[in-house]
Amino acid sequence: MAEPVLAIERVSRRFGGLLAVNDVSLAARDGSITALIGPNGAGKTTLFALISGFLKPNSGTIRYHGADVTNEPPHRMARYGIARTFQIAQPFAGLTVHENILVGAHLRHPARRAAIAAAEQVGHELGLGARLDRPANTLTVAERKRLELAKALATQPTLLLLDEVLAGLNPSEIRDIVPVIRALCRRGITIVMIEHVMQAVMRLAEHVFVLAEGRIIAEGSPAQIAADPGVVEAYLGRGAAEKLGGARAN
Amino acid sequence: MLSPSILVAAIVNGLLTGALYALVALGLTLIYGVLHIINFAHGALLTAAMFAAYFAYRWFGIDPYLAAVVLAPAFFVIGYALQRFIVGPTSHGDDRNMLLVTLGLAVVIENALLFVFRADTRTIDLSYALSGVDLGFAFLPLPRLIGFGVTFVVAFALWLILSATDIGHAIRAVAKEKLGAELVGIDVAHVYAVTFGLGTACVGIAACLLIPSYYVNPSAGNAFVLVAFTVVVLGGMGSVLGALIGGLAIGVVESFSSLFLGESLGQIGIFVLFIVVLLVRPNGLFGAQA
Amino acid sequence: MKELAPVFAVVIAMAAVPLLGVSNVTLNFLVVALIAALAGQGWNVLGGYGGQYSFGHAAFFGTGAYVTAVLQVRYGVNAWIAFALGIGGGALVGAVVGGLTFRSGLRGSYFALVTLAFAEVLRISASVAPITGGGVGTLVKLDLHVVALQFQSRAVFYWMILALVAVALIVTRLIERSRFGVWLIAVRENEDAAMALGVNTTAVKLAAMVISGAITAAAGCFYVQYFLFIDSGLAYGTWISIEALLTPIIGGVGTVFGPLLGALVVRGLGEGARMVTGGEAPGLDLVVYGCVLVLIIWFAPRGLIGAFTQLRSRVMGSAGIVETSRG
Repeated sequence: MAEPVLAIERVSRRFGGLLAVNDVSLAARDGSITALIGPNGAGKTTLFALISGFLKPNSGTIRYHGADVTNEPPHRMARYGIARTFQIAQPFAGLTVHENILVGAHLRHPARRAAIAAAEQVGHELGLGARLDRPANTLTVAERKRLELAKALATQPTLLLLDEVLAGLNPSEIRDIVPVIRALCRRGITIVMIEHVMQAVMRLAEHVFVLAEGRIIAEGSPAQIAADPGVVEAYLGRGAAEKLGGARAN
Repeated sequence: MLSPSILVAAIVNGLLTGALYALVALGLTLIYGVLHIINFAHGALLTAAMFAAYFAYRWFGIDPYLAAVVLAPAFFVIGYALQRFIVGPTSHGDDRNMLLVTLGLAVVIENALLFVFRADTRTIDLSYALSGVDLGFAFLPLPRLIGFGVTFVVAFALWLILSATDIGHAIRAVAKEKLGAELVGIDVAHVYAVTFGLGTACVGIAACLLIPSYYVNPSAGNAFVLVAFTVVVLGGMGSVLGALIGGLAIGVVESFSSLFLGESLGQIGIFVLFIVVLLVRPNGLFGAQA
Repeated sequence: MKELAPVFAVVIAMAAVPLLGVSNVTLNFLVVALIAALAGQGWNVLGGYGGQYSFGHAAFFGTGAYVTAVLQVRYGVNAWIAFALGIGGGALVGAVVGGLTFRSGLRGSYFALVTLAFAEVLRISASVAPITGGGVGTLVKLDLHVVALQFQSRAVFYWMILALVAVALIVTRLIERSRFGVWLIAVRENEDAAMALGVNTTAVKLAAMVISGAITAAAGCFYVQYFLFIDSGLAYGTWISIEALLTPIIGGVGTVFGPLLGALVVRGLGEGARMVTGGEAPGLDLVVYGCVLVLIIWFAPRGLIGAFTQLRSRVMGSAGIVETSRG
C-alpha cells in the first residue's frame, strides 16, 4: 500500500492540566477526503493546529509523505504543501479579495505578474470572480468561506485542512460549495475536514475519525460510523443517529 | 569597602522610592490589564498633576497631602473624560491607534505645560519636609515615609474597588472577556473610561506624594513613567500585586546600581533589566503564562 | 519603470525648487522637512507596511548620526565612507533589535515599549560614553569640500537630501510591488493567516526592520553633515522617535508618499505656529503636532493621502484595484 500523505502517530498536546489531544493516531490516504468529527471541545482544531505547525505536540510524530515534520513552523508546512483554513475566517481585512489570494499565490510564484494571474484564476475557480476588487471585509459569510478556501488553494497544496468551511452557511450555500470541495479532491488534493454538517460529511468523506475529549473513539467509513448508534448518540447528541441514517438514505 | 549599614540604607531608600514607582505603575498596569494598551500619556498626566499640586500649594497654601484628596477625584474625571471622549472614539477600536492617540495626548499635554510654564524647574518648601526618622544608619525623610504608606493604602483601596464593587466586577469581566462582557450588557466604553480614570487618579495621588521631595518641570513625569514601564513589565502587565512588588524591587535595583555605577548608568541598569525581562519573560516575573 | 513614474515626477518637480530663486530660509526649511520625511520613510516601511509600530526609531537615526560623526572626527574616515557606514550601522541596529524582539514574538504595546527602551539605552549610553563626546557631544570640523561631503551652497545640500528621499521612495515603491511587500502587508493585516499561507513572518519583519533602520539612519547621517554637530539628545531623543512616526501617520500610513507629504505638512504647521507667536512660544509647535496627530487618527486614520483617495473614489465611484494596497 502506498505511503499515506499524512500520518499522525500517537500525538499528544497538553494545555496546563488539560490534555487537549491525547495519543491520537490517524492517517489520510493520497487523494482522499477524510473527515474529523466530534463534539465541541474534542480537540479537533487543536489537532489541526498541530498538523499545520501552529502548535507543537508534547509527544508523538507527524509525518507528511513519510517525512517527519513534527516540529516544523507553519510557514514551512505551507511550503511543503500543507494548507489550512481557519474555523473563523481570517481574511486580510484591509485588502481586496484579489490581494488576499495574491498572498497565497506568491508562495509558488515569486514574480508579481505570474502571482497576480494565478490569484485571479483561483478566484474565478471559487466563484469570486465578480468580487476580486472588493475589500475582503465587505464579503458575506459564504464569500468569506470561499475566500478562505481560495487563499489556501493559491498555495497549491497537496494536503488541505478544512476547519468547518461549511459552518454558518445555509443549505443552498452548502449545496453550492460541496461540489467545489469534491472537485479539489478530484484534482489530486488530499483533504482532511473538520465538519459538523453531517450530510456533507456523509456525501464527501471516504473515511471518518471521531474525536472526543482528545481521543479517537471510532473510525471507519461514513456508513460504519453512522451505523454505530453508541458513538453517534454519545458524541453527537440525541437524534444524530437518525439524521445520519437519513443522510445516508439520500 | 561598603559597610553593611550603607547597603541597608540603600535598600531602605530604594524601597521608599520604589513605592512611588509602584503607585505610578499601578495606574499604568490597571489600564493595560483592561484596555490592553500602554498609556503613553501617563507621564504627561503625572506632570500635569504635579503642576496642579504645586500651584495648589503656591497659590492657595494647600498642603500637598491635603490636595491629594481633591486631585484624586479630579484626575479620575480627567482620565474618564480623556478615554471616553478622545482616546476611545478616536482609535476606531484599533489598538495601534490607541497607542498613537495616547502618545499624541502626551505630546500635547507636555508641551502645553511647557508653553504655559516654560522649562523652569520649581520646588516647594514644606516646613516638615526635612524632618523624618533617623535610624542611625539611615535617615528616612517624612515625605517619603508618607509616600510609602499612602501607596499601600491606595493599592488596598484599588483592590477593594476591583473585588468588592459592581464596577470592579465589571472591570474584571471586561479585562477577562471583553466580548462576553459586552454580551451580558456591560457598557464597555464606560468600563474602559472608569479604568482609565482610576489609573489617572493614581498619578493624581502620586503627584501629591512626589511634590514635597521632588521638583516639577514640564518633563518631570517622564522619568517616573519610563521606570513605571519597567515595573509594569516586570510585574506582569495587568497585575496589581505585580506592580506593587515590581515597583519596590525596581526601587532597590536603582538604588544599588546608582550606588555602584553612578546616577546615569544606574538608569541604564533599569532599561537593560526592562529589555531582558521583555525578551525572556514578556509576561513578567509574576504574571501568568499566556 | 512605469510604476516609478509618479516618484520621478514628484522628485523632478521638487528638484527644480532651488532654481526658482527661493531664499536660503525656505531652502533650510525644506531640508529640515526632508530629513523628517526620510526618517519617516524608514518608519513607514516597518510600521506602515508591516504594522509594527516602533516608538524608538531614534535608535536608528542616532546611530547613523553618531557613526558618521565619530568615524570622521575620531578616526579620520572619509565623510562619504562614514556616511555609508552610518547607514550600515542603522541596518545593524535594526537586525539586532529586530532579531531579539521578533524572535520573542513581541507585538503591539510590547514592541512599542521595547523599541522605546532600546532608544533610551542608546541615549543614556551616548550621554556618558567618551567615544561620543559624552554630554558635550561631537562637533564635525567645518570643511566645505565635496570630499568632506560638505557644501557651500544650501541648494546642493537640498539636492542631496532630496536624492536620499528619492532613493527611499523608489525602495518603498519597489517593496510595495514585490512579493516581499505583499507578504509584509499580509503580516500587518493578519499574522496568523500570513503564516498559514507560507509567510515566514519573523524573517519578513526582520528584513523590514533592517531596511527601515537603514533608511532612518540615512536621515541621521545627513543631519550630521548638514548641522556638523550631534549630541545624545539630538541623536536619540524621544522627539526623533515621535517625529519618525508622526510624518507617515499624518501623510498616509503605508503609502509611498505619505511620509513626504506628512513631513511638509507637519513642518509647515510648526513653522506657521512659530510665525504666529513670533518664536516666543516654546512648545507651541509641538502642541500643534500632537493635536494634528490625534485629529488625523480620529478623522482620517489613513492619513491625508488616504482621505484624499477616499474622497476621489467617492466622487468617481471607482472600486479598489490591485495596484494600491492601502489608499
